Amino acid sequence: MSELTKMKVAEARDALRAGDVTSLELTEACLSAIEGADALGAFVHKTPEIATEQARAADARIKAGEAPAMCGIPMGIKDLFCTKGVASQAASRILEGFRPEYESTVTGQLFDAGAVMLGKLNMDEFAMGSSNETSTYGNAVNPWRRGNDEAQLTPGGSSGGSASAVAADLCLAATGTDTGGSIRQPAAFTGITGIKPTYGRCSRWGIVAFASSLDQAGPMAKDVRDAAIVLQAMCGHDPKDSTSADLPVPDFEAALTGDIKGKTIGIPREYRMEGMPEEIEALWTEGRRMLEDAGAKVVDISLPHTKYALPAYYVIAPAEASSNLARYDGVRYGHRAQLAQGDGINDMYEKTRAEGFGHEVQRRVMVGTYVLSAGFYDAYYNKARKVRTLIKRDFEEAFAQGVDAILTPTTPSAAFGLGEMAEADPVQMYLNDVFTVTVNLAGLPGVSVPAGIDKQGLPLGLQLIGRPWEEADLLNTAYALERAAGFVEKPSRWW
Amino acid sequence: MSIDTETAARVAKLARIRVEEDDLPALAQEFSKILDFIEQLGEVDVEGVEPMVSVTPMQLKRRSDEVTEGGMPDRILSNAPDAREGFFAVPKVVE
Repeated sequence: MSELTKMKVAEARDALRAGDVTSLELTEACLSAIEGADALGAFVHKTPEIATEQARAADARIKAGEAPAMCGIPMGIKDLFCTKGVASQAASRILEGFRPEYESTVTGQLFDAGAVMLGKLNMDEFAMGSSNETSTYGNAVNPWRRGNDEAQLTPGGSSGGSASAVAADLCLAATGTDTGGSIRQPAAFTGITGIKPTYGRCSRWGIVAFASSLDQAGPMAKDVRDAAIVLQAMCGHDPKDSTSADLPVPDFEAALTGDIKGKTIGIPREYRMEGMPEEIEALWTEGRRMLEDAGAKVVDISLPHTKYALPAYYVIAPAEASSNLARYDGVRYGHRAQLAQGDGINDMYEKTRAEGFGHEVQRRVMVGTYVLSAGFYDAYYNKARKVRTLIKRDFEEAFAQGVDAILTPTTPSAAFGLGEMAEADPVQMYLNDVFTVTVNLAGLPGVSVPAGIDKQGLPLGLQLIGRPWEEADLLNTAYALERAAGFVEKPSRWW
Repeated sequence: MSIDTETAARVAKLARIRVEEDDLPALAQEFSKILDFIEQLGEVDVEGVEPMVSVTPMQLKRRSDEVTEGGMPDRILSNAPDAREGFFAVPKVVE
């Protein structure tokens, strides 16, 4: 594999501007790395022609001296983003053949800034899953292994393809989306950095909707600086998304001083879960020490409603999904079932949705239908929305006490084996999101930073949660943690 | 909370997803497990708590009620499984 694909976004940007490398060279190096990495199942629609054309255009822009930071940077795009004329099917059979007539706002902004699209990345179907095992394309595979054990591991989910592609150096960075942890958990499982910004920072327009009050896009990258650079290009107000915030976007990279003296970091006692592996506990303690050594004040805090975040999420997210996914009816786009003689329109809907949606998606749509149905709406949906208010209030109270950021583990375990959870009940899989889902419910920014290796040789991540709209400050704390942790390990190539 | 197969069938019907008769017991059991998990919410005292409407307090923007985009039936229909003469085509709806 070419060394070029191992470059970070910041390095590549500087090298491009200095004329030491061209975008076409970088892009071709990535395309050839992708060709050799089908075993990872990361790229599911490759777009070499578009990439080459965009790279040439980027090189011309750089030569003309007008080059935004992302100009010429080869990226992978999660399949959840609608990309004009390119298959965008949310890893679902029901969107087979769908080629959007439009570009999502986030990818549009990235391309306007000169970013190069190498292709679309694998994910869990409609972003519903924590292991990338619900994809119609098949599994994405983690480039990391447990030492010499050849068992295939999950890259996490739902942004599993994005995580796998960045960790394996198939691209310089990727887009992800996060509804309950789908950027941060896969980032932790693959030893990379991922940030979910404050709800409303990135436009949701043109991103296939899962749970609209929770969904946010964000970058998955090789380090904190890269995450800051890519996030910068993804953010901003969009009149096409009424929930997108009309606020100025600060210079995230400029905020990375590494100086966190005088900052207060909260450690929530409710995140100390029973049965949590010792190594996760130890990493968390180590993270606390690193931030203290960097000059931060670390205090114990309480987020009393933490325990109820997952059950509230598994009411609210399916409820919104059942409504959002009602649009897949076999009429306007995607798959339509073959109908029998005499079948009416309801048969068409029912057969199309039974064929087009995978098992997990069907289950969540039906759970959502149930909790919204007459007689249960108050008991489940309204109750969950009230609990959500309390979860957000917990964070507000911590911030009001002067806490600048909150440190937690990202996940309750390292990456597990593909298929290992097949026999477990759905609730077991949902527990993957126990530390990340609170952040979506409260609309806060959260970042996962790789911070250590467990005894099986797998990466582990720590999560930092910030105040709303203070991604710049949060990224700076993450940068201080990254420098202290000094995580440099990479998976050894087997694919 | 235990969900019976009749309820599972009703929910599948409401969600417009065809579920074969034989698959209903397993589906009902999965629902029951998920709902048991959700039942924990019953422990929380939510007296006087407002249900969350928007996670970030914001005034939704308004604009004048004018057509800003349109006139592109071909592009709208380009992904339809069945489109004829400028319309989406579906099986007979009214007897």
